[in-house]
Amino acid sequence: MQLTFEGRAYDLRPGESVLDAMARHGVGLPSACRVGSCQACMIRSVSGDPGPDARRGLKATWLASGYFLACLARPSCDLTVAEPGDDAHTAARLISARAMGPGVLRVLVRPDRCLDYQPGQHVTLSRPGGITRIYSIVSLPAQSARTGIELHVRVYPAGAMSGWLARARPGAPLSLGSPAGECFYLPGNSAGPLLLAGTGTGIAPLLAVARAALADQHPGQVVLIHGAAEPDGLYLGRQCPPELTASPGSAVSWRTCVLSDGEDIAAAAAAELAALACPPGSVRAYLCGGAGSVGRIRRALFMAGMSLADIYADRFVQAGAGR
Amino acid sequence: MTAETSVYERLGGSLAIRSVTEVFYRKVLSDDLLAPYFDDVDMDRQIAKQASFLTMALGGPNEYTGDDLRSAHAGMPDLDDKHFDGVLGHLADTLRAFGVSEADVSEVGAVADSVRNDVLNR
Ligand SMILES: Cc1cc2nc3c(=O)[nH]c(=O)nc-3n(C[C@H](O)[C@H](O)[C@H](O)COP(=O)(O)OP(=O)(O)OC[C@H]3O[C@@H](n4cnc5c(N)ncnc54)[C@H](O)[C@@H]3O)c2cc1C
Ligand code: HEM
Repeated sequence: MQLTFEGRAYDLRPGESVLDAMARHGVGLPSACRVGSCQACMIRSVSGDPGPDARRGLKATWLASGYFLACLARPSCDLTVAEPGDDAHTAARLISARAMGPGVLRVLVRPDRCLDYQPGQHVTLSRPGGITRIYSIVSLPAQSARTGIELHVRVYPAGAMSGWLARARPGAPLSLGSPAGECFYLPGNSAGPLLLAGTGTGIAPLLAVARAALADQHPGQVVLIHGAAEPDGLYLGRQCPPELTASPGSAVSWRTCVLSDGEDIAAAAAAELAALACPPGSVRAYLCGGAGSVGRIRRALFMAGMSLADIYADRFVQAGAGR
Repeated sequence: MTAETSVYERLGGSLAIRSVTEVFYRKVLSDDLLAPYFDDVDMDRQIAKQASFLTMALGGPNEYTGDDLRSAHAGMPDLDDKHFDGVLGHLADTLRAFGVSEADVSEVGAVADSVRNDVLNR
């Protein structure tokens, strides 16, 4: 059997794990426990089946992207693997960047070719001058194809990307990387309630998740919580955006939390979970925004009985601070 | 129980270990005596490490490669027996909640107790 990685083929012995085979050939993958607990050795299958054991305990969204654990993979056929997150770039142009509230722009971008992504994923955006930042995609793939890829960007006046976008002309050349992130909606994956909590522009990917859930006629309740430091940070308003209430039969609720008014989004999320009054194991939570608030919400939901495996989180770390 | 099957196997392998670990960790974080020690610690890292530890204590397959327990706890010189007993108590309660027999609970407790001096750095 053959294992292909970065264009090179390696032999794979029967019963040998992908991790061991690569190590034998001098290709060291990150690894720690080697028994499937730590998930440090997660890689992606481009073609071939790594076998069912290799997917044990992985989130559904990772499985959909072809991820598996190299330590548990004992394939019985040829396999081509890649490191998580290979970068492929797509040229694009700026359609428009208009204010949607104080300090937040709705940015529309037209890629040269169709971008393949799951609702809720994020993408790297590069501008002339070699500046690259990560933004979450708000539009569903079908909407992106029609009106362009929609991003919500908080403007830092001195920000190398956001400040530039605020001044950029329509038509400006851009480039997009390959979409990534585990905070995305999978059609038909589960019928249970979705708890979506985001701070600042962290609500952007959650809008995509909510839109996808509605498009999929998700049977469970969809609870959105938007948190902001100050009242004017609620750039989508205090009421549920009409597009989310328009579809009949959907159960969407919208709640806002303003830190300066003493409203704690972690406590609000736990209260919404309790109000759903269903087994914590049937709920899936998606959290996005600053690392501090995402961490606190995650902990509150964990303490309220949710398993970490059911909590999908994306942290908007600042450029340069990781990623 | 005899050594034929380990507690780990009776709990159903590593997937059950993950939920056991979460319940255990939730108890630790709810304990005012212990919680402050875990304030700044990354939950995922902790859960992964505790899962490896539990796997080991329950007699499952383990190739634990973390720092040794002594150095892992060396930064907490004020840890003493009441913290340690607290952790052991939560471990036992957790196992009982998963229907583990008293014989197995004490077997696991004894394994965990054998590292007391390392954890408490003495
Ligand atoms: C997974 C992921 C998804 C993201 N999605 C979005 C999104 O959908 N919308 C969005 O607006 N941003 C998002 N971000 C953040 C974004 O990538 C940039 O970090 C942000 O736009 C700042 O870039 P900049 O070039 O404008 O500012 P920089 O030139 O990098 O920084 C300019 C100034 O602003 C300050 N600053 C930068 N970022 C922050 C911050 N987050 N909080 C406080 N101060 C800050 C810096 O300290 C600096 O003083 C995401 C980040 C990640 C990791
Ligand atoms: C049966 C007793 C215990 C065992 C077996 C145990 C086991 C472990 C293990 C395996 C690690 C990870 C080591 C590594 O790989 O880095 C760890 C870390 C840690 N333990 Fe314990 N522990 C015990 C008791 C305690 C107690 C009583 C406390 C304090 C209340 C405590 C607090 C911590 C903290 C805070 C860390 C994280 C250190 C870090 O990663 O920064 N432990 N423990």
